[in-house]
Amino acid sequence: MTTATMSGTMADALPPTRISARRTVRHSLTLAWRNIAQLRHSPEKLLDVTLMPLVFLTLFLYVFGGAVAGNTHAYLQQLLPGLVAQMAMFSTMGLGTALNEDLRKGVFDRFRSLPIARSAPLIGTVLGDTIRFLTVMVVLTAAGTAMGFRFGSDPLRVLAGFGLAYLFYLAFSWISVVVGLLAPSPETVQGLAFIFVMPLTFGSSVFVANTSTMPGWLQAWTKVNPVSHLTESLRALLVGGSAGDHVWYTLAWAIGIVVVTFPIAMVMYARRA
Amino acid sequence: MGQVIRAAGLRKRFGETQALDGVDLEVEQGTVLGVLGPNGAGKTTAVRVLATLLRPDEGRAEICGFDVVREATRVRALIGLTGQYASLDEELTGRENLVMIGRLLDLPRAEARARAAGLLERFRLSDAANRAVKTFSGGMRRRLDIAASMINRPRVVFLDEPTTGLDPRARGEVWETVQEMVADGATVLLTTQYLEEADALADRIAVFDHGRVIADGTPSQLKARAGRQTLAVRAAEVFRTEQLAGIVAELTGERPEVRADAGLVTVPVTDPGILRAVVRRLDEADLVAAEVALRLPSLDEVFLSLTGHVASERAAAEGAAEQQLEGSVR
Repeated sequence: MTTATMSGTMADALPPTRISARRTVRHSLTLAWRNIAQLRHSPEKLLDVTLMPLVFLTLFLYVFGGAVAGNTHAYLQQLLPGLVAQMAMFSTMGLGTALNEDLRKGVFDRFRSLPIARSAPLIGTVLGDTIRFLTVMVVLTAAGTAMGFRFGSDPLRVLAGFGLAYLFYLAFSWISVVVGLLAPSPETVQGLAFIFVMPLTFGSSVFVANTSTMPGWLQAWTKVNPVSHLTESLRALLVGGSAGDHVWYTLAWAIGIVVVTFPIAMVMYARRA
Repeated sequence: MGQVIRAAGLRKRFGETQALDGVDLEVEQGTVLGVLGPNGAGKTTAVRVLATLLRPDEGRAEICGFDVVREATRVRALIGLTGQYASLDEELTGRENLVMIGRLLDLPRAEARARAAGLLERFRLSDAANRAVKTFSGGMRRRLDIAASMINRPRVVFLDEPTTGLDPRARGEVWETVQEMVADGATVLLTTQYLEEADALADRIAVFDHGRVIADGTPSQLKARAGRQTLAVRAAEVFRTEQLAGIVAELTGERPEVRADAGLVTVPVTDPGILRAVVRRLDEADLVAAEVALRLPSLDEVFLSLTGHVASERAAAEGAAEQQLEGSVR
């Protein structure tokens, strides 16, 4: 290599001061590939998201099935869509912990010194975690079907249901990102995320479709809770029946969450530099 | 082409600490600037400001004429940075790391792969290329890290303490790498705690203390200001210390300091060639030396002579840069 080639390519074509949206998307996908490559090297990292749906499905089906719906078969038809919603949320929890750990390592310094958008590493992390979502959904659906769950609608509506769950998952990922950026250590991320996630999933219609036995304040909470809206949408899309406005409420929540958390995440990320 | 790194009046404060207190730097195209100083002198902060990772509170800096704050993206395309801790993904392989960075630099996939392969070859990492980085030794990791900052064929390379924590062999490998980079036409700014390192690699040295540049010049100018080197010889057989002291006195014409209990004889010298003469005379006298060393002034001694105060306890403990011939020299 000579001096002439050193000053070639990059320097001659003056690099732009702003990074276009298209390049940011491409950089984010490259960084998502990083997460996927990590999982390929150590697939055991997917163990939690593989076992989680099995444990929840088995436990809730056989503990509550008889009591709530009279028999486990009837309960499975309303439980599985609820678990899809719950798992969509639970599978974002690992993201904050992983990000918090990642930020301590030098690789983020490398990203900061490259001519890429500041948001690309965060967007890449969120997109790369899609593998975890897919794993959860495949295991959950397969195990549910083996236990007797049957889709009650056409494939297009089923696909739309999982698509909605994915959008919701992406939105919640940003909450996990914010928690991961806020928390002083990976251990605290777990604790914080749990406190946040528990009332959202259990104070909803995930496990009990009929919320009329709950006290008034809890009913009020379950009515606005985005997890309830997602659950009701999924029951309609996967099993059958009318979704009403639940799909729109779910989408509105997803957009609202991203609009609030994305800028916060960017500010927090810039501060940790 | 002139000055590719230019900084004027850089200040940066972290809470109570004034990390940079008015730093001016200029580095000419194709040269190496060694930034020498103890821990906490502001070296890393200066690198992070110049590499666009930190905004200065005051002052300005330009890389190849581009402002590091206002034109940060342009600057990032022109620089390579190797931090104190390897900025690599530990779980990916060496090759995957390099290809990923190439892709982030908008190289087409084939080009990213080709550059990665070329750099792995050049940094003697081809055999380990498909292993996860976490299995790499310290020296390999540092080499891969430097390779990673070379993918965009940078005009300016920042190396922040590239050899701290490395064994002598790995350190030598990093030195070679830096020399190759300069031969390729890159401009390098490297920070170090070792005068020996700055002496071996840098065209100019800037000495940092408390966020300021307290001295700068060529290595020889600096060494001349910092005082002479020290010759140290230790006899393997302590009872022959007097005979050893006699030989050293005769060769240097100075009265050496003798520690009879340790068999150690030390004397200040000006001519590094003295080392060979000493070894030859010891051989003739059939006198076995346990240690023959020529010590450059340590960072601490440099500081003492430049500022009149000691750099830091830690630097004092580890600062002695030694050229040693260890073991038994006959």
